[in-house]
Amino acid sequence: MTRLRRLTRQEARSLLTGLLFISPWIVGFVAFRLYPFFASLYYSFTFYPILASPKWVGLENYAGLLEDGRFLSGLFNTAYYAFFAVPLAALSGILLAMLLNSEVRGLSVFRTVFYLPSIMPVVVMAITWLWMFDPINGVVNYFLEMVGIPGPAWLGSPQWSKPALIVMSLWTVGGAVVIYLASLQDVPRELLEAAELDGANAMRKIWHVTLPMISPVIFFNVIVGLIAAFQYFVEPWVMSNGTGAPADSLLMMSMYLYQSAFQFFKIGYASAQAWVLFLIVILFTTILFRVSGRLVYYGGK
Amino acid sequence: MTASTELPTPNRLANEHPNAASSQVTRIVTNGAKYLLLLMFAFFFVLPWAWMVSTSLKNPSELAVYPIVWIPNPIRWDNYSDALRQADFLRYLVNTIQIAIPSVIGAVLSNSLIAYGFARVRWIGRDAVFTLVLATLILPSFVTFIPLYLIFKNLNWINTYNPLIVPTFLGNPFFIFLLRQFFMTLPEELSDAARVDGASELRIFAQIVLPLARPALAVVALFQFIGSWNDYFGPLIFINDRALYTISLGIANMRAAYGFSNSAWIMAASVMSVVPIVVLFFFTQRTFIEGITMTGIKG
Repeated sequence: MTRLRRLTRQEARSLLTGLLFISPWIVGFVAFRLYPFFASLYYSFTFYPILASPKWVGLENYAGLLEDGRFLSGLFNTAYYAFFAVPLAALSGILLAMLLNSEVRGLSVFRTVFYLPSIMPVVVMAITWLWMFDPINGVVNYFLEMVGIPGPAWLGSPQWSKPALIVMSLWTVGGAVVIYLASLQDVPRELLEAAELDGANAMRKIWHVTLPMISPVIFFNVIVGLIAAFQYFVEPWVMSNGTGAPADSLLMMSMYLYQSAFQFFKIGYASAQAWVLFLIVILFTTILFRVSGRLVYYGGK
Repeated sequence: MTASTELPTPNRLANEHPNAASSQVTRIVTNGAKYLLLLMFAFFFVLPWAWMVSTSLKNPSELAVYPIVWIPNPIRWDNYSDALRQADFLRYLVNTIQIAIPSVIGAVLSNSLIAYGFARVRWIGRDAVFTLVLATLILPSFVTFIPLYLIFKNLNWINTYNPLIVPTFLGNPFFIFLLRQFFMTLPEELSDAARVDGASELRIFAQIVLPLARPALAVVALFQFIGSWNDYFGPLIFINDRALYTISLGIANMRAAYGFSNSAWIMAASVMSVVPIVVLFFFTQRTFIEGITMTGIKG
């Protein structure tokens, strides 16, 4: 109350105006984010078969997860995917952007070719690649055979199904390429010229000038990519018809969560998985922010 | 070669000259390697499109032959009419449009209002609340989707498009951020002049700021349209009545029901679902590229 009284009439007015402008967000935030956030935390401590009301069970769901082989598979598969897909996307994204930034002819054509897959419906992409990876009639093994490599069974093999998805994920790296390219074009020319005068070769210029200058953008893309990788769902779901086959090798955390909720109707158990997923995302985001303090260069901004 | 090394012409850099021939060779080699690499990547990026279009025109006998048939003979356009008949594809198309258009309206309206509140109105606590908006960007949708499902179920919204459309009227942190960045670049004097004339904040928003923000609003509209058009997860949770299926649900369902031997007409359906967005992209390419850079760079 004391705090409110200290507001001048002008301040109170603009507070009201501001809140009115953002009121759609307030409604959406409270109803569709804040409430569901705490509701799922509560459900995660309950036994809640969708048709009955939730019953408090404490940490039972979380304890159950530790002994649930399918949950652990999901955890492993998701970690495997993120561990390879996120760094590879960063590397290939930066490489492609650097190639495009080196005064190539047909820049806009290449940029379009690289970007276009990003707007393809994910379902269409998943099905197209599914058939491209067909071990007998697919185009991937067809080309591998041309160069003398016997192609694996890809999505038919528990060892090769995740590598197949990682290869496919690189197909949508174009959005990141556009961002990297724009940031490369912002690297001050004087810095590169100064490094050249000091006798730096191309590799040293990239390592000591270009990469530090675009490091905030790399950091942004890695964070976004990592959060997306932990929630990887549509591609493995569509390609395995919602099963995670073969041998649960494509069962991601998100997929087992979905199955638990909507196929086994275990709302409490699924919510516990959602919270484990959330805590993992928070953990890695925090680690990345910590590490970035040393690696990311925010000079001048 | 020998003579010119002794007497460098003055308009050449001294250090370039002794190795002129070898540096020329290096340049040709690096250039060649560069284009080779680019073309290899381009091949990787084009291949799935080629595969999709080629398969959509194949005769059943051409699906499983070695070597791969790239140009079907004869070209089988009937795959497209098969897709329309077999899978009620036109209905999926209409359904998807029925979701995408209101969602675009919702996204443009709500996010511009909200972003204006964060960019152009000064109020106590604003920056703290904006931090909260950004924080929700890292909140995984998998944390909230079960309670959301239960909310919409209680509202009797399952098997309606409301769960997909209504939230677009309540703001999206990504779009709020994007529009806020844009609004902040507009000169404050514009609003001040109008304020002196006694214009209300809502009027300044609608008559001065919004018209200037058209490029940014176009980005929001485009991204929301693509997002709604391509969405699979939302419809998967909230829609299970086949008559209400969207394109993505429909195509995923076709492939679940039919296998590789039916890939020709399923790829035809896929091509039809992709063409509208590809056409949209080519007409709005600049807006697109600007939009992506806007969102990425200032992060």
